[in-house]
Amino acid sequence: MTGLLAGLDGNRLLRHVLGAVLITFLMTSLIVGLELVATQTGLSLRPRYHIVLYCVVVVALGSTAVFALAERSWRLPMLVGVVIAALLLVPLLTGNLASDLAFLLPFPVAPLNWLALLLPAFILIRAAQLAYASARPPAAAARRREMTRTGKLVSLGLGLLLILVAFAFPISPWGSRQLVDILTIVLIYIMLGWGLNIVVGLAGLLDLGYVAFYAVGAYSYALLSEYFGWSFWVCLPLAGLFAASFGIVLGFPVLRLRGDYLAIVTLGFGEIIRVVLINWYEFTGGPDGIGGIPRPSFFGLPFQANPPRDGGETFASFFGLSFDPYHRIAFLYYLILVLALFTNWFTIRIRKLPIGRAWEALREDEIACRALGLNPTNVKLAAFGIGAMFAGFAGSFFAARQGFISPESFVFIESAVILAIVVLGGLGSQLGIVFSAAILIGLPEFFRELEDYRMLAFGLVMVLIMIWKPTGLVSHRDPTIRLHPRGDGR
Amino acid sequence: MEYFLQQLVNGVTLGAVYGLIAIGYSMVYGIIGMINFAHGDIFMIGAFHALIVFLILGAVGISWLPLALLIVLIVGILLTSLYGWSVERIAYRPLRSSPRLAPLISAIGASIFLQNYVQLAQGARPKPLAQMVSGGITLVQSDAGFAARVSYIQIVIVLLTLALMAVFTWLIKGTALGRAQRACEQDRKMAALLGVDVDRTISLTFVIGASLAAVAGLMFTLYYGVIDFFIGFVAGIKAFTAAVLGGIGSLPGAMLGGLLIGLIEAFWSGYFSVEYKDVASFGVLVLVLIFRPTGLLGRPEIEKV
Repeated sequence: MTGLLAGLDGNRLLRHVLGAVLITFLMTSLIVGLELVATQTGLSLRPRYHIVLYCVVVVALGSTAVFALAERSWRLPMLVGVVIAALLLVPLLTGNLASDLAFLLPFPVAPLNWLALLLPAFILIRAAQLAYASARPPAAAARRREMTRTGKLVSLGLGLLLILVAFAFPISPWGSRQLVDILTIVLIYIMLGWGLNIVVGLAGLLDLGYVAFYAVGAYSYALLSEYFGWSFWVCLPLAGLFAASFGIVLGFPVLRLRGDYLAIVTLGFGEIIRVVLINWYEFTGGPDGIGGIPRPSFFGLPFQANPPRDGGETFASFFGLSFDPYHRIAFLYYLILVLALFTNWFTIRIRKLPIGRAWEALREDEIACRALGLNPTNVKLAAFGIGAMFAGFAGSFFAARQGFISPESFVFIESAVILAIVVLGGLGSQLGIVFSAAILIGLPEFFRELEDYRMLAFGLVMVLIMIWKPTGLVSHRDPTIRLHPRGDGR
Repeated sequence: MEYFLQQLVNGVTLGAVYGLIAIGYSMVYGIIGMINFAHGDIFMIGAFHALIVFLILGAVGISWLPLALLIVLIVGILLTSLYGWSVERIAYRPLRSSPRLAPLISAIGASIFLQNYVQLAQGARPKPLAQMVSGGITLVQSDAGFAARVSYIQIVIVLLTLALMAVFTWLIKGTALGRAQRACEQDRKMAALLGVDVDRTISLTFVIGASLAAVAGLMFTLYYGVIDFFIGFVAGIKAFTAAVLGGIGSLPGAMLGGLLIGLIEAFWSGYFSVEYKDVASFGVLVLVLIFRPTGLLGRPEIEKV
């Protein structure tokens, strides 16, 4: 017993855990403990305190482990992790979910029960790390210094490798229809993340209404093709242009504002555009959206089974292939991949131009910039407009891929998700955005069957990643150049 | 005239609800300089607590309204403020010294979590509550038969808001907690050096904000009679707009901003179009921020090197 609690203050631990249990019980007592059931006469309440009990048990075990881990003790968390894992694994492996232990697994879907194992797994890994660290003192400092030197090479290599894999994926044996579809969605968000990164990561402007420009791009293509019958390839640059001009027009009055005021005004603009889209029924189709948006063609060759009526060729007949819907999916995938990589290339290049330098300088110190004769409004407007342009490109691709758009797709939560991708990835880090988009968008797409739990976990993951790594997954936010190298002491 | 009066009454009621939520945003922004995105969802949880306690009271058989209201108020404030406290403890406190965007993302995450938590627990369908208080007073009646009315619920809401504002002003101006809070707002490090428990003060700020949001949730439930898990988002954005409009960090400003947003919404829906009422309130916000960037009652922020 004493060995188990080594290095821990038993009283404090007890107080901590009891407090957490009490608070959890009170918090869940009404909202979770009583279910509102619709009856003929109104609402009635149905108790279900077994779920409250479940919450309390989880919080008790979890807070014990967290407290002990925070105090750098590993034996107790190890035990807790094993207990939780055993409680979860026994009914899972025996398939005996209806047993007495069933109250521990209230989830209606099997994958979620398996996912629940992540909690004990995490506790065990962390405990093992601590045990390892207590066994031998680390030489971390020396290793870290070496990391920064090779870090740039590693991320470059990793980036190139990722690009290669991304290009090869659809023609590889693993490239199934469903997987390529999911990756296309992830790529849209990566592109949006890279676009927003110009605004938030480089120029340091907090934009909570980025989805508005995405919407402008999508509606530009949808409306232009509906009213004028223009093709995707004509509309793509136009959509970017429209979105950029929207960005500049909206940005002009508000970019004088600082920080959080800018955030709320951009949020407001995002909502305004959505409300206008919903209510301008004659022009945008209102909440019904716009359907039947033509899909992009491969340099004039459409993807369809039968040749078009005017006698042209289809993609399949031109290349002598048999028609396969997979061609179109793969083509869309490559299209967004190229668009996203273009965004990335553009960002990397523009960081080295005067305007890119000005963005980073402005982010670091606005007063100093003004003293050096930069016009902050123009510099910010450029960032805002260029960021919006990429959202416009992504938007018109989105419209072309879906074939149907409605204001539903452009709600605030989308802006929040894109911002979360940028911040979780590590502000200003191009590679980090890929990782966080894969985690935030890719994983939930795979777990569609979890339905409501998906967004719950999404919110939780956002909080946990931020607590774990407040500067983002791949955290470097250094300016591209420095007068004096870091740690120079000047 | 009657129509104008009716919109005025509706606007003031709506403004009272927005104002109470806005105070929570404003206080938190004042003390730790972050947008507490989860605040709107705390309000939503307050509304759910009110609904559930009303149903329990109905089942137990307590039907004398003042007593029922008092019980709902106490239980709702108690349980909802626990949510405010936990959100701060779990999602914000570990991030207090990190880059500015980290707590914001964490707050958005907490907001998504709370919304889906309530959706999972209680379902996505709107929850109706039978009208508790009916009737009202007719103020003026026009010849055409249109009457401007103040319902009893509206009177209760406005009176409750005024009472809370009085208590709240005393809390900030006259108690040790209020002094500590204002000290932390000005300079957290200095306050800590002078023996103010900063962590506790910030926690209590969240508790107070959540309590006011709980009362706003109760009012919303009584006034509209229908709630769902998504009400927190719209009300939260409006209330935050109100806080910015009044000058964020300023508490009378938050109330004033709430009132203004409520009035703008009521008059815009009354005279122009209901659909574009959100556009109107955001439009006013943008105009105010362009011409008076610190809000109506906010102090100008001077940036020094």
